[in-house]
Amino acid sequence: MTDTNIGQLWPLFWSAAWETLYMVAITLTLGGLLGLLLGLALYVTRRGGLYASRPVNVVLNVLVNFFRPIPFVIFIAAAQPLARVVVGTGIGNPAIIFALTIAAMFGISRIVEQNLVTVDPGVIEAARSVGASRARIVRTVVIPEALGPLVLGYTFVFVAIVDMTAVAGVVGGGGLGNFALQYGFRQFDTVVTWTAVIVIVVLVQVGQLAGSSAARRILRR
Amino acid sequence: MPLVEMTDVHKTFPAARGGAAVEAIRGVDLAVEAGEIVGIVGYSGAGKSTLVRLINALETTTSGSVRIDGREITTLGERALREVRLGIGMVFQQFNLFGSRTVWGNIAYPLEVAGVPRAEQNRRISDLLHFVGLADKAHSHVEELSGGQKQRVGIARALATNPKLLLADEATSALDPETTQEVLALLRRVNRELGITIVVITHEMDVVRSLAHRVVVMEAGRIVEEGPVVRVLSDPQQQVTRRFVATIVDDEPGAEALAALHERHAGRFVKLAFRGDEVRQSDVFAVLLDHGVRFELVFGGIEEVQGETFGNLTLALDGDPAAVDAAVDAVRVLVPLKELAR
Repeated sequence: MTDTNIGQLWPLFWSAAWETLYMVAITLTLGGLLGLLLGLALYVTRRGGLYASRPVNVVLNVLVNFFRPIPFVIFIAAAQPLARVVVGTGIGNPAIIFALTIAAMFGISRIVEQNLVTVDPGVIEAARSVGASRARIVRTVVIPEALGPLVLGYTFVFVAIVDMTAVAGVVGGGGLGNFALQYGFRQFDTVVTWTAVIVIVVLVQVGQLAGSSAARRILRR
Repeated sequence: MPLVEMTDVHKTFPAARGGAAVEAIRGVDLAVEAGEIVGIVGYSGAGKSTLVRLINALETTTSGSVRIDGREITTLGERALREVRLGIGMVFQQFNLFGSRTVWGNIAYPLEVAGVPRAEQNRRISDLLHFVGLADKAHSHVEELSGGQKQRVGIARALATNPKLLLADEATSALDPETTQEVLALLRRVNRELGITIVVITHEMDVVRSLAHRVVVMEAGRIVEEGPVVRVLSDPQQQVTRRFVATIVDDEPGAEALAALHERHAGRFVKLAFRGDEVRQSDVFAVLLDHGVRFELVFGGIEEVQGETFGNLTLALDGDPAAVDAAVDAVRVLVPLKELAR
C-alpha cells in the first residue's frame, strides 16, 4: 500500500464532488435547453420540414459543424474572450461553465436533430390534417413522439458532460477532475485518484440508470 | 353546390436536387356532391394522393381553383386553412396514430386543436369509441392494437370534429382481407348514419366495388374516366380502367387462355355482355337451343354491384355451321356479342 493523504483530503474531496455535480447540473440544464432549441431549429428548417428554409438550415449547419469538432480542452481556451463578455470573467468556474454550456449545446443539438428525424412524417401529416398549427405540432407531436430516444440522448450527453467537467480540471476548473489531478496524479497518490474515479463512476452509473429507466417508462417496453 | 369542386387544378412539385420538376396533377376538374362516396383509383404515381391533399390543402395548388362547400381555399392563409382542415377528416394507409398517446388521447387531439371544452371532449370521445366499437380500448396504447383496430381509431380521430368530408388515403391497403371488410363496413356506416361525404383513394377495385357510389380513374395526373361504379365496372372505356376492372370482373379470356380453351372446346367462341336485368340469360340460352345449337359456358362471370347485375359470358357454340350463324345473329339482337376468333 502506498502512502496516502486521503484522510486529510476528505473535506476538499467532498467540495470537489459538489462542484462537479453543480457544473454538470447547470451545463445539462442550460446546454440541454439551448441544445434542444438549436436541434429543433436544425430539424424544422430541413427540406420538407415544418419551417423548411434552406438558407437558415445551411447557416445553422455550418455553425454547428464549425464548433462541434473543436476538442473541449482547446475550446475552453478559445471561448475565453467570449466568456469575459458574457459572464464577466475568463477564468474559474463561471468561465468553465460557460464553455461547457456552449460546447454541450452544439453537441446536444445534433443528438436532438437525429432523434427528431426518426419521428414518422405521417403523424405530422395527421396533425396537420386536423388543423394543428406548426408550433403546436412541434410541442404536442414532434417532441412527445421522440421523447424516449431524446431521454436516452440526454443520458448519453450527461455522461459526456461529466467527462468534460473532468477535462476542465486541467485548465483551471474545479471539481473532481481537478482534485484527482492535483492531489492524486501530481502527488503520486493512487488512492486519491481512484477515490475520485469511483465517485465519478458512481455518478455516471446513477445518471445512466435514471435515464434508461425513464426512457423505458416512456417507451413502455 | 358540390361539397368539393376542383377546376382546372394543376400541381407541380419543384425540382428536387439533381431531379426534374414533377407535374403531379395536370388539369383536373372534379366535383364531389354532399353525401356521396367517390372512389379515386389509379396506379402508384397517378397523382391520387396529391389530389386528395389538395382538397384539405396539405399541399398547395400550382394553379386552378379548389372550393370546399363553396369557399375558395387556394387563396386562404395558413390560419384560415387550419379552420378548413378542422372540417375535413383524413385517414391514412399507415394509420399515422400518435404513439405517445393512448387511443383516447389520439381521438382527443383534434378536439384539443379545435379548443373544445374538456367535458364536451369526453362526451364526444366516448360516443366515437362506441361508434367504432372500441369502448373497451379507450386507455390502450396504440401499439397494443391490431391493424383493424388502429384504423378504427384513425377513423374515430378523423370524425372527432364532426367533419362534413372524410378523405381516406388507401385506408385499407395495409389490412388483411377480413379486416378490410370490417373497415369498409365502418366507412359505409359513416356515410349512411352520419351523412358524411367520403373520398376514398385506392388501387383495390374491390374497395371501389363495395364502397363507392362513383369512381374516378386517374392516370398521369389526369382524370381519364369517371362515372357511377356500375357503369364503369360493366363498361370501362379507357385502357387503364379496363385493366383495373379486369382485376375483379372477368371480361374475356386473354390470347393464351383463349388458345387453351379452343384446345378443349369445339365450336365458335362468342362473348356476351349482360347489362342490367332487361335481357335475361335464360332468354339468350332459349334462342340458342331453338336453333339447335349446343353451347358451353367456358369463361366469365356475373357480378352484382349495388343491386345491379352485369357480367360477361364466353360461350363455345357447337352445331351445324348454318344453325350457329343464325343463332349468333338472333342473339346479337338481344345482347352485345363479340366473336372471339381462334
